[in-house]
Amino acid sequence: MQPFTVHTGIAAVLPRVNVDTDQIIPKQFLKRIERTGFGKHLFHDWRYLPDGSPNPGFELNAPQAAGASILVAGPNFGCGSSREHAPWALADYGFRAVIAPSFADIFYNNCCQNGLLAVRLEDAAVRALFALGERGEPFELTVDLRINRVTGPAGFRAGFDMDPYRRQMLLEGLDEIGQTLRQELRIAAYERRMEALGRLV
Amino acid sequence: MSEPRTLFQKVWDAHVVHAMPRGPALLYIDLHLVHEVTSPQAFEGLRLAGRQVRRPERTLATVDHNVPTGDRHLPIADPVAAQQVRTLTSNARAFGLPLFDLDSPDQGIVHVIGPELGATQPGMTIVCGDSHTSTHGAFGALAFGIGTSEVEHVLATQCLMQQRPRTMEVRFEGTLPGGVTAKDMVLALIGRIGTAGASGHVLEYRGSAIQRLSMEGRMTVCNMSIEAGARAGLIAPDDTTFGYLEGRARAPKGAEWDAAVERWRGLATDAGAVFDRSITIDVSSLAPQVTWGTNPGMVGDISGRVPVPAEGDSADARGALERALHYMGLEPGAPLAGLKVDRVFIGSCTNARLEDLRAAASVVRGRKVSHGVRAMVVPGSQRVKHAAEAEGLDEVFIEAGFEWRNSGCSMCLGMNDDVLGSGERCASTSNRNFEGRQGKGGRTHLMSPVMAAAAAVFGHLVDVRQMVRESDEPGRGDDMVRGSERTTVSAGR
Ligand code: SF4
Repeated sequence: MQPFTVHTGIAAVLPRVNVDTDQIIPKQFLKRIERTGFGKHLFHDWRYLPDGSPNPGFELNAPQAAGASILVAGPNFGCGSSREHAPWALADYGFRAVIAPSFADIFYNNCCQNGLLAVRLEDAAVRALFALGERGEPFELTVDLRINRVTGPAGFRAGFDMDPYRRQMLLEGLDEIGQTLRQELRIAAYERRMEALGRLV
Repeated sequence: MSEPRTLFQKVWDAHVVHAMPRGPALLYIDLHLVHEVTSPQAFEGLRLAGRQVRRPERTLATVDHNVPTGDRHLPIADPVAAQQVRTLTSNARAFGLPLFDLDSPDQGIVHVIGPELGATQPGMTIVCGDSHTSTHGAFGALAFGIGTSEVEHVLATQCLMQQRPRTMEVRFEGTLPGGVTAKDMVLALIGRIGTAGASGHVLEYRGSAIQRLSMEGRMTVCNMSIEAGARAGLIAPDDTTFGYLEGRARAPKGAEWDAAVERWRGLATDAGAVFDRSITIDVSSLAPQVTWGTNPGMVGDISGRVPVPAEGDSADARGALERALHYMGLEPGAPLAGLKVDRVFIGSCTNARLEDLRAAASVVRGRKVSHGVRAMVVPGSQRVKHAAEAEGLDEVFIEAGFEWRNSGCSMCLGMNDDVLGSGERCASTSNRNFEGRQGKGGRTHLMSPVMAAAAAVFGHLVDVRQMVRESDEPGRGDDMVRGSERTTVSAGR
């Protein structure tokens, strides 16, 4: 997994609540058997008009969002299905971090598995970022996982929390399966214990 | 005496292989369900790292999400879907996993077949790369959805790193009125607490109304836990649970069965155990629920009206309401009953078990699908389908003008050919009414099977209670409509 330490990039704002995974990557694009290639379908139904041309009314198509690598959105981002295609599509599009007041649990876990940083900021901080977005000018943010802080223009500064285990995995880009495989003795002991109790049949 | 514990705590504690100080726990997974859409990249990951499946016998694979529900003898028309199905078949073979493929009499939606086979058992930990894994919680199993990387993790290690969630008690008390079902209970809950209302929590459903539900009804309730944002939903196993499981293919037999039941009885939440949060809902006055918006929390009584955005309490709420009504093509303040529908879908892991089909059939029997409405029934599994056919339910539906399909997820998510056209309005027994969920531009109204069946007959949303007199057997929930006398209604063709 690609480690995440610090990232500076253009921010795109998507001031919508409850953005669900069906919007992030609609089901007609879930049939690929690879992890890559989902970026062009990100937010498909919002992003393109029926004739396939970009929808000028959609936030990511705005000129100031060109080249964005940080997405700022409303609460409960990523609710709905467990499809990991959602973080794959966000990452493939070029996002390294998503900032929102809250995330759906499975989506949050899926981001952590892919080196895509999901940053929970307080509501007021996210609103301040929406306000920056409303100016219609491109703006950059810096997300620093080493000090758990987001900084931006006009003195924007906000701290965030992340559980220490997840944080370490991301900072070091560790392979979680590799980590768990090191616990093999414990897993085997657990299985023996349960078998003796007649619980694993 | 040890501390009183909740059902969740007991199942969790029994599966902790290793707890990190201050961090997540390594949790042992008893049963891993696998389907074609969220697994190919996981198997590929195993292959690239030269890893094996640790416990193939604790894994169970089926194809459901994008399989066609028409003629099973024809090849899958969509080449990409066909490749996904083929990929699962070859992965199952290569890694030695049991697979229920399209030809299997046990094929079906993964959350329908797990319980049907008796593979889902109380006290287990169960995961699947699908958010509605919460369904299995109806048996007192801790069951939750995971992403593809975690699927790979479980395949390789039979374990998962998990943060311990908080707990929330949901008490449903009282007696369900006739025509009101398990689906209405859970929709009302989501309406009350919102789609993120249970984030970070595992729900335990309790109370007299839960105890009286059949296993089918309990599965419907647990299924939609995720729509309230919950990690999982649980119900303590009882005689209803054991009655359902006994004799099923993978359930323990003989002395092992007796020992298992003994153990399962100990899973119930101890008196005095503490939940982080608690909510009580009285079902005695509950009305049939229908969603009007673009998430399952946008829901109300069938007798109600579309909300008026201008009355929203914040700018965000007003904006979200306006977007939803615009997408749904609804006028603020319009009554919900009377909204014309183009399509009716009776299916999905929420409401496509035998009891659901019986309830819907009891509304449809002797009536016709309204002119211009396309209605379909997609049984949850091939076993459900055959059992329904043995009772003649297929004929009831077909005579009324419904399409009678093979099992799969079908129009619940519209990955196969069963999709809504843009602007089409659908009465659906599924679980998500997100924009585009059932087809780009499609407008989904979630409701119970009897409500969807009534919408098919009338051609518009309607209170199913208009069609039946009060049941002689109050509290039978989904069974209410079956066998009860009907008043004469004109189905307005
Ligand atoms: S029926 Fe719908 S919700 Fe259930 S597993 Fe299939 S796609 Fe998911």
